[in-house]
Amino acid sequence: MEKDYILQVKNLETRFKIGKKTVHAVNDVSFNLRRGTTLGVVGESGCGKSVTALSIMQLLPKAAHIEGGQVLYTPSPEQTLNLTDFKRNSKELRSIRGKDIAMIFQDSLSSLDPVYSIGWQIMENLRMHEKLSKKEAKEKIIRMLGELGIPSPEDRFKSYPFEFSGGMKQRVMIAIGMICNPNILIADEPTTALDVTIQAQILALIKQMQQEHGTSVILITHNMGIVAEICDEVAVMYMGRVVEFGSLLQIFENPHHPYTKALLKSVPVLGMGKDTELESIEGTTPDASTVFKGCEFEPRCPFAMKKCTEEHPMVCEIEEGHEVRCWLYEEKCKDDRR
Amino acid sequence: MTDDKTMLDRHVLLQLKHLKKYFPVSSGWLRKVTGHVKAVDDITLDIRKGETLGVVGESGCGKSTLGKSLLRLHKPTSGELLLRCDDGEFHDLLSLPKKESFKTRRRIQMIFQDPYASFDPMKNIHNAFDEPMRIHGLGSKSERTEKIAQALKTVNLQPDYMYRYPHEFSGGQRQRICIAKALALDPELIVCDEPVSALDVSIQAQILNLMRRLQNEFNLTFVFIAHDLSVVQYMSDRIAVMYLGKVVEIADSVCLYDRQLHPYTQALLSAVPIPKVGARKDRILLKGDVPSPVNPPSGCRFHPRCRFCMDICTKEEPPLRGMKGNEGHKVACFLHTEQQISE
Repeated sequence: MEKDYILQVKNLETRFKIGKKTVHAVNDVSFNLRRGTTLGVVGESGCGKSVTALSIMQLLPKAAHIEGGQVLYTPSPEQTLNLTDFKRNSKELRSIRGKDIAMIFQDSLSSLDPVYSIGWQIMENLRMHEKLSKKEAKEKIIRMLGELGIPSPEDRFKSYPFEFSGGMKQRVMIAIGMICNPNILIADEPTTALDVTIQAQILALIKQMQQEHGTSVILITHNMGIVAEICDEVAVMYMGRVVEFGSLLQIFENPHHPYTKALLKSVPVLGMGKDTELESIEGTTPDASTVFKGCEFEPRCPFAMKKCTEEHPMVCEIEEGHEVRCWLYEEKCKDDRR
Repeated sequence: MTDDKTMLDRHVLLQLKHLKKYFPVSSGWLRKVTGHVKAVDDITLDIRKGETLGVVGESGCGKSTLGKSLLRLHKPTSGELLLRCDDGEFHDLLSLPKKESFKTRRRIQMIFQDPYASFDPMKNIHNAFDEPMRIHGLGSKSERTEKIAQALKTVNLQPDYMYRYPHEFSGGQRQRICIAKALALDPELIVCDEPVSALDVSIQAQILNLMRRLQNEFNLTFVFIAHDLSVVQYMSDRIAVMYLGKVVEIADSVCLYDRQLHPYTQALLSAVPIPKVGARKDRILLKGDVPSPVNPPSGCRFHPRCRFCMDICTKEEPPLRGMKGNEGHKVACFLHTEQQISE
């Protein structure tokens, strides 16, 4: 069973030191990624979903450091690596980044270097990890660009990022990520800057790539619609914690955490009409540096009890694979994962 | 039939007739004008009193330019903007004398997309609210302060917030203040340009509900511009779908959801991800990107990406016409010529 997981994040803690303040960006985050599936990480801005992804890759800014926890990467049944053991610029980690675990960033405009051609930028990643001659690499890249639906890839190989539209640039980002055929692809809000019709194209493409290459995907997004469409499992984050984790069906059909419930009810669904009223979550997300003694969602929670202000909720298992961090389900709590 | 029409006309607040906004593109050493971006190209529609007209389309389709043209923040290149004035008659805002035109400006207000960029960081909320009210001569100083407090209360903020500065507020609060600022001038029409797209989902619902409540309370008319179809559909009575500066389809919001006639609307609706398991239907994937508005394709502007492209589409531009039996549902597509009302 354990070997089924390609990536296991265990009790990950990431802190930012800003002046004298310490921001607990990622708090005791644990989740597992099954081989060949897609895990969705959802939450509002500032909930730590991007920092979690960056912590896995150790691409964190200087002010941040990983304080505890493990990131276990299992490339083959015989081998398991703990990525947090490596230094952030160590040789081992550099050979994993881009080759085994690749990342697609949200803003393709600022992620591509404006002074190099896109062919050069894809080649950089490919030649770093694979021993290929320039000619072979070029052929491979052109094939890849063609697969991604970029018209006349031979000519586009020499084009610069400014010559591409937003959707095309995001395709180039996917090409950079997928060129080394990684085991895990982390997509951080890959379609947020794009129009819906282009978004549909890009999502279809990521799915197609996954099916062809058997890649496992971590998709970070705030859009519940995208999650429902392409994810197999979902982790809901709030204020640096995973508040609920489960399969797609468990989260959407049977949500347990008050935050997940509210989140699902607060987005307008197509065809909803003008008569229904949206349920909104009262209040605002607290400042990230606030330290809570109890549950982070307590000030906005309609079911808040006295206990919620006093103690952090434990992980409770509702069903197999469906975990909630909420005192409402105390009787189902696991003692060992306090 | 004519009775129906006059009835409808009575409710019309603002009429757009052949509205155009072209931006010149210049190039070369002498900055010669070499072409035009046709951001809004020949749009004719009515905005009825008390309704919410949704405007959707992808980025670059001219929806924001249309909104700004309504306020005359962009001076339209040509066309007419007919506003029903106090005397019950329609007056063209673009040809009114300056003094008269100034009086009408108060009646149309706008809420912008980015609540962070809509405030001067050096001015507190009171100053920011007071300036337009003073310019329009609304009451004495104390009356104005009273009015500001009232406006803040209607958007569920404490009146003493008016002496705070913009940086002290969160994104959701700022958007509330933007709404209050527009309300303080007693407008009739508010153009909302992507009012919730910069906000988090949990805040988004608060703002949408607030806007709906205010509309009922003050009998406001909204032009709701957004790219998120599910939000627009939730907010609007009627929806206009734009593509490259043109309205390609306009219909009642329920009607548009049930039966889209234009192939672009069909693709746009099918592309919206639905937050329900198994809600996925067969998706119409459009090929390619939106073409440049400087050199729009000939004929129907959507034809290079259209599944049903015919010969005629590449040559002639389809007119926006109502459907037989449902005059309010207008579409600009040659597929429906036979079912359409001929001019």
